[in-house]
Amino acid sequence: MSKKINLTLKVWRQPDNRTSGRFEVYPAQDIDTDMSFLEMLDVVNDELEKEGKDPIAFDHDCREGICGMCGCVINGQAHGPDAATTVCQLHMRRFQDGMTLVIEPWRAKAFPIIKDLAVDRSAFDRVISAGGYISVRTGAAPDAHAVPVPKDSADQAMDAAACIGCGACVAACPNASAMLFVSAKVSQLALLPQGQPERDQRVVSMVSQMDSEGFGNCSNHYECEASCPKEISIKNIARMNRELTRAGVRS
Amino acid sequence: MVLDSKVPSGPISEKWTKHKFDLKLVNPANKRKFEVIVVGTGLAGASAAASLSELGYRVKSFCIQDSPRRAHSIAAQGGINAAKNYQNDGDSVYRLFYDTVKGGDYRSREANVHRLAEVSVNIIDQCVAQGVPFAREYGGLLDNRSFGGAQVSRTFYARGQTGQQLLLGAYSALMKEVKRGGVELYPRREMLDLVVANGQARGIVVRNLVTGEIESHAAHAVLLATGGYGNVFFLSTNAKACNVTAAWRAAKRGAFFANPCYTQIHPTCIPVHGDYQSKLTLMSESLRNDGRIWVPKKEGDNRKPSEIPEQDRDYYLERRYPSFGNLVPRDVASRNAKDMCDTGHGVGSTGQAVYLDFRDAIDRLGESAIRSRYGNLFQMYEKIVDENPYKSPMMIYPAVHYTMGGLWVDYNLMSNLPGLHVLGEANFSDHGANRLGASALMQGLADGYFVIPYTLGHYLATHKVEDISTDAPEFKEVEKQAANRIEKLLNINGKRAVNEIHRDLGLLMWDKCGMARNESGLKDALKKIPEVREEFWNNVNVVGSPGSFNQNLERAGRVADFLEFGELLVHDALERAESCGGHFREESQTEDGEAKRDDENFCYVAAWEIDQDGGNPILHKEPLEFEEVSLTQRSYK
Repeated sequence: MSKKINLTLKVWRQPDNRTSGRFEVYPAQDIDTDMSFLEMLDVVNDELEKEGKDPIAFDHDCREGICGMCGCVINGQAHGPDAATTVCQLHMRRFQDGMTLVIEPWRAKAFPIIKDLAVDRSAFDRVISAGGYISVRTGAAPDAHAVPVPKDSADQAMDAAACIGCGACVAACPNASAMLFVSAKVSQLALLPQGQPERDQRVVSMVSQMDSEGFGNCSNHYECEASCPKEISIKNIARMNRELTRAGVRS
Repeated sequence: MVLDSKVPSGPISEKWTKHKFDLKLVNPANKRKFEVIVVGTGLAGASAAASLSELGYRVKSFCIQDSPRRAHSIAAQGGINAAKNYQNDGDSVYRLFYDTVKGGDYRSREANVHRLAEVSVNIIDQCVAQGVPFAREYGGLLDNRSFGGAQVSRTFYARGQTGQQLLLGAYSALMKEVKRGGVELYPRREMLDLVVANGQARGIVVRNLVTGEIESHAAHAVLLATGGYGNVFFLSTNAKACNVTAAWRAAKRGAFFANPCYTQIHPTCIPVHGDYQSKLTLMSESLRNDGRIWVPKKEGDNRKPSEIPEQDRDYYLERRYPSFGNLVPRDVASRNAKDMCDTGHGVGSTGQAVYLDFRDAIDRLGESAIRSRYGNLFQMYEKIVDENPYKSPMMIYPAVHYTMGGLWVDYNLMSNLPGLHVLGEANFSDHGANRLGASALMQGLADGYFVIPYTLGHYLATHKVEDISTDAPEFKEVEKQAANRIEKLLNINGKRAVNEIHRDLGLLMWDKCGMARNESGLKDALKKIPEVREEFWNNVNVVGSPGSFNQNLERAGRVADFLEFGELLVHDALERAESCGGHFREESQTEDGEAKRDDENFCYVAAWEIDQDGGNPILHKEPLEFEEVSLTQRSYK
């Protein structure tokens, strides 16, 4: 059953990337425990707006956990305390009356802050642009059944392809590494027969772009896997490292 | 004005082939001289931008989100239809065409639908080649399932994330072209207006959502792939940023808006549970393949579902529609759920829900089989509702999901405004008055991959489109208007939040123009919408500055447009005094309470011309002619 709780929010406020930020404290009163975390922020923002105050900026869109637009750190955890959950699918029944929630943006050199909790994740787009695709022109494809794909490969590719590009892996990593994100795409395409022709070049090019964006390296903390709302496995990073070695040997 | 649909002559199965040959071509060396603006990066926008760039056009791609990969196509769960007949169960291009025309309650254009069915097979080929990890059988071939309203298994799927996988496929094609230099990406830009010069669509004015700057962009043609307008109801399954602004602004510049009253109410959504609610969540209708829908036979029976014995349950869809059962099309399933709740059989704390029960499927197939089919959906349900659907039935209720209406386009996907092309959910073309499940993804990708690359070339090859710069007075004037509007919004300084007024509009729309509509309710809505609009312009508080990241201002601009557009939607619903598909007029029903069309008087597309202030709608009719499919009362009994 739903009930009402009162919370204290300590929210990171930063007008833009040129100005330094600070925590501001806001009460969140009479919060229905059936609300999602973002609906709770909506309620706080509606009150701020009515008082003529600047509402808390946060990115969000589908609110079904699939677009990857939302994300913030709650009490030190990317996307909050629930496993396999984005903040839009996190519900207030998860918190107790009287709690203080510290809410921060993703913090990483490669994700500059735009405002408050909203960050610029265009580095991810540039990594995909460096090779996260199969170069097939529209209209040039053979019949879909021309190349059978073993079910196991297709399923594993799907596991990796479930990544929503939210950036929690980067935020959770002490090195702000993007290896879980990059390896998910590398794995998906390396596992499929259609991805073979560009396999070597793809991993080299994507990893090189990843490095130049300022993401850190992987030192096996596993924080990325723990914070991933889509439960992307750390095994993908191992696979990416093998792919990179393989490409090096073959070049 | 006579609306020319430009449907080619000849037998239906040869129209598109013949038309492709008749279309004029742009010489490969000349393509790079043409710039094309594509607004929106969902399935239609991303696939169009990528394909046009591959052909050699210079493409500018705009989206409202931080990355093109976030467009709301990503949330489609169930699947994509294609007439591959891989299951050997009697499917064909003609059957998909027939089902879609019938499913649309005979309010779509036959020729467009046939083309859609024809290219559906190419879409699957394309997506597989891009690395889309569709579900497969152990032999390595693609798996299919049947989907709401179809008696063949023609739906391809990638778990419950088909939209995501198809969108990421189109996004990867787009990013490939970004890398190659054919596409310039403009994320976090919101189109505020369309620029028309010499009677042609020549560009757009956008707001850079990070800096607040107003920017102009010029091109030889403008493509809108900006999605649907379901958020006019405030609560819908759409993403929060989905809006009607781009389409509405184009309409105010002269493009006709067609059939706005055709809205689809999806039968299987998680019911509303509080007035703070920001959106409704859809549960894929693939659940209806294994779930059985029921309500207690006795009114107001508030026993727990597990305590209600078989003889006290009414499996009303199976009872009323023995041949389709739980798989009746969406409009039929939704209306029946409303009917059950209106007659006191609804369940849950609000009485506005029905059960979707997997008990029998779990008994028959085992919990693990159900988990592998719907695991992510069950998990999502449990997260939101805090109940385990493996143990007790889901509660569902219909919600606004998709809008079949949109900007009017001809067979070439061009609006009546030369140069303005409209793709995907943003146009009105293929679904008639009701869209079948798994057909939105098909249409978005058909438009973007396989239609516009042919038809856009014809426009550019046959029209004189002079070079234009963004310094032209046409751009400057529109920029000024956009800036003035922002200024006006920021200076209202009222007392209410944008969301509150949006919610007022939504409740009014849902109440008077939702699942069932009648003349007096619609007339009442036409009186009340201007009052809500007035309240907005006098009493909303939009805070912050124009020159910064200002989400409050973004929302305010969208709501202001919904407040104008909503009136046209109601106007269209009032004018169409028949029931068809998702548009149910209480005055027009059969003895069994099914939607009753009036083909004699309403077998046309209603294309509305509005003035620059969004008012004084003038109706233009495009008569619908059916050469292949004979118009019958739809029956799923």
